[in-house]
Amino acid sequence: MAPLDDKKDVPMFSDYPSQIPKIECGASLDTNTYKAYPEHNEALGFPGELIDNWQEVAIAKIGELAKKNRAFQVYLDACVKCGACTDKCHYFLGTGDPKNMPVARQDLLRSVYRRYYTFAGKYFPWLVGARDLTKEVLDEWYTYYHQCSQCRRCSVACPYGIDTAEISMAARDILDTVGVGQKYCNEIIAKLKKTGNNLGMNPKALRATLEDLEEDLEDETGIAVKIPLDVKGADVLLITPSADFFAEPHIEGLMGYAKVFHASGVSWTISSYASEAANFGMFIGSYENMREVSWRIRQAAKDLGVKRIIFGECGHAWRVGYSFLNTLAGPFDFLDQNYPIPQHILEFTLDEIEAGKLKIDKARNDEFIMTYHDSCNVARGSSMGPKEGGQFDVPRAVIKAVCNNFHEMERDTIRENTFCCGGGGGLLTDDLMDLRIKGAKPRMTALQQVTQDHGVNKMAAICAICKTQFAKVMPKYGYEMDSIMSVHQLVANAVILDGQETDEADKAAAEETP
Amino acid sequence: MISTVYAVLFYLATFLMVAGVGMKVFKYATTPVPLNIVVSPAPRTKRGVFLRMFREVIFFESLFKSNKWIWLFGYLFHWGMLIVLLRHFRYFTLNTWWWVEIISPIGKLMAFAMLAGLLGLWARRIFQERIRYISAPSDHLMLALLVGIAASGTMMSYVTGTDIINVKAYFLGLLRFQIGDMPTDPILMLHLGLVVILMIIFPISKLLHVPGVFFSPSRTMVDNARDKRRVSKWARNLPPLPEGIPAKEEA
Ligand code: SF4
Ligand code: SF4
Repeated sequence: MAPLDDKKDVPMFSDYPSQIPKIECGASLDTNTYKAYPEHNEALGFPGELIDNWQEVAIAKIGELAKKNRAFQVYLDACVKCGACTDKCHYFLGTGDPKNMPVARQDLLRSVYRRYYTFAGKYFPWLVGARDLTKEVLDEWYTYYHQCSQCRRCSVACPYGIDTAEISMAARDILDTVGVGQKYCNEIIAKLKKTGNNLGMNPKALRATLEDLEEDLEDETGIAVKIPLDVKGADVLLITPSADFFAEPHIEGLMGYAKVFHASGVSWTISSYASEAANFGMFIGSYENMREVSWRIRQAAKDLGVKRIIFGECGHAWRVGYSFLNTLAGPFDFLDQNYPIPQHILEFTLDEIEAGKLKIDKARNDEFIMTYHDSCNVARGSSMGPKEGGQFDVPRAVIKAVCNNFHEMERDTIRENTFCCGGGGGLLTDDLMDLRIKGAKPRMTALQQVTQDHGVNKMAAICAICKTQFAKVMPKYGYEMDSIMSVHQLVANAVILDGQETDEADKAAAEETP
Repeated sequence: MISTVYAVLFYLATFLMVAGVGMKVFKYATTPVPLNIVVSPAPRTKRGVFLRMFREVIFFESLFKSNKWIWLFGYLFHWGMLIVLLRHFRYFTLNTWWWVEIISPIGKLMAFAMLAGLLGLWARRIFQERIRYISAPSDHLMLALLVGIAASGTMMSYVTGTDIINVKAYFLGLLRFQIGDMPTDPILMLHLGLVVILMIIFPISKLLHVPGVFFSPSRTMVDNARDKRRVSKWARNLPPLPEGIPAKEEA
């Protein structure tokens, strides 16, 4: 990868968020993410290095996936090359590399599928663009399937709903199967299997971290707000991304959950065994790994004897939680069936707000002029609340309940059309920084518009990856790194706990003493 | 001689198309969907999904939202073709059905809509650089084939005419497994020949989008994953994972 020169490579905003660049072949061909070491691959049940008969195995794997997964089979067959998806991918918009156009990305694999599995491709390969699986093709897969954040924006645009994310996951699965894993994802999954979280943080360190946060909370509020760990018999097990324990602005979000739980009086706990909501098994398209990671949540819930599971702010984790968990680690007949299984922290918080259980002073967020970034996995891979589209409305309802100033970004860049932050799908690694900056361009352009039009100075998100990505990338676009906020950070600011020391309370007290 | 060749071709093409598409549909229908991957926002009920698919198939809703030009040309082409096809029932039924009579005059005109749509799509494929980039020779040939069919048909309707009485008699015969005499008008032969090719390649080409759209999990699934488990057969055979936390891993 070409080293990113901060001064030279300052990206330009587009004129408007979905502005289409000129095609530039090979523009991001050299942007490659580091390959996994053998021990990472092996920990996940894959061969350590590229196996000798990789070609044969990869081709067989394509056939196997087509048998096991209808989406893969139908998507490979059904594309008519209409081109409606070609301008929908933020990585294409950011890099101009035509292989980042969703259909072209699919074709990298489709061309090989056709060669070995279809009549036309077997006998007339030149006619249908079929090609042999060579080492160059394998390398190309590695490159471009690691330039897809599996955000599904292209699927919304396609008349058949063809989802490049599915193809991309399958491609990574095939690559892993022949021993070509990606370091970032595979190392993290290996860590999680050992310690229960992506950081490799052991229970002792986790406890110490949470205790520090409890102290911060007490310093701020004067109240002993707890962040319980491994408490048997608690009502709620909170599954949250481990970034919430150490990264900014994630931590502020975690403190927000703690305050809401405290105010609601519901007993809750984090588990050191399942101290991670993220499930990178999804990114590498491995059902088995995704299931294993999900299973820890079930084990922890059973072990702690909780009644409910609630997920913290994390995008792909919520997709796995909402859409896959029941299948992968259910049935959850041992939990309280009166609540959704699992529930999102925002669903919980909104219920508390609507029930009037939280004392809120919106003015405490008045310095912020907010907008909201819909995270792709939440927007297009899950929902919330009882109604269709709840994944858009619930977060907005919470934000509006705790803030006075809120403005939407352009319609084409929010809700089901939201642009990925540029760091999703297992690409949140420094070796892809160049791609991440370019991929963030459509979102940054949309943000810049509302900054100009309404003076928006903060953007809220409910995804650990989005938050990390923006904190890193926003400075390249001239925003402070703290311009990205957790939604529960806003909640934390506005909530006033019973008996909490506030400036107003101080003032009142000062006036009383002569 | 020519009548027999065309008869054999038509029987063969019909068989290949029906069997081929049938096999594909069977494959799609029996391939498991291991996870709920519906693209949200999605309906929470079957009825909602039915409506979603209805809008997709009848209005090309997603395409309309994503690209107005492709939608316009695609819509002209598909609806034009549908009406034209329905009109063709008059050549396969002894007494033309009443509703075929009604659409017949429109059907004749719709051939132009079909042609306009096809040419529009083709122009985009040639002149729009992104679509040119993703096009294989087969994508151009497919358009050429459809344009050929539509153009030869329109020619017969409006310019050259053909011995339609005998064409109808020939096809009515074929339906009863009797091979009569087919008029040997070259434009007719071209028209029918291209149709035969289209039928044969149907199940081995991108025309599979026709059955495919009804089997696309991202659109056809109900958003009910929190309530409904779906463990596919192969997933059920995965090695079981332990219940409870293994002792050594406890803090
Ligand atoms: S899923 Fe997202 S990142 Fe991947 S090709 Fe589609 S739009 Fe691009
Ligand atoms: S929108 Fe769908 S059918 Fe059209 S080119 Fe893209 S993937 Fe293929």
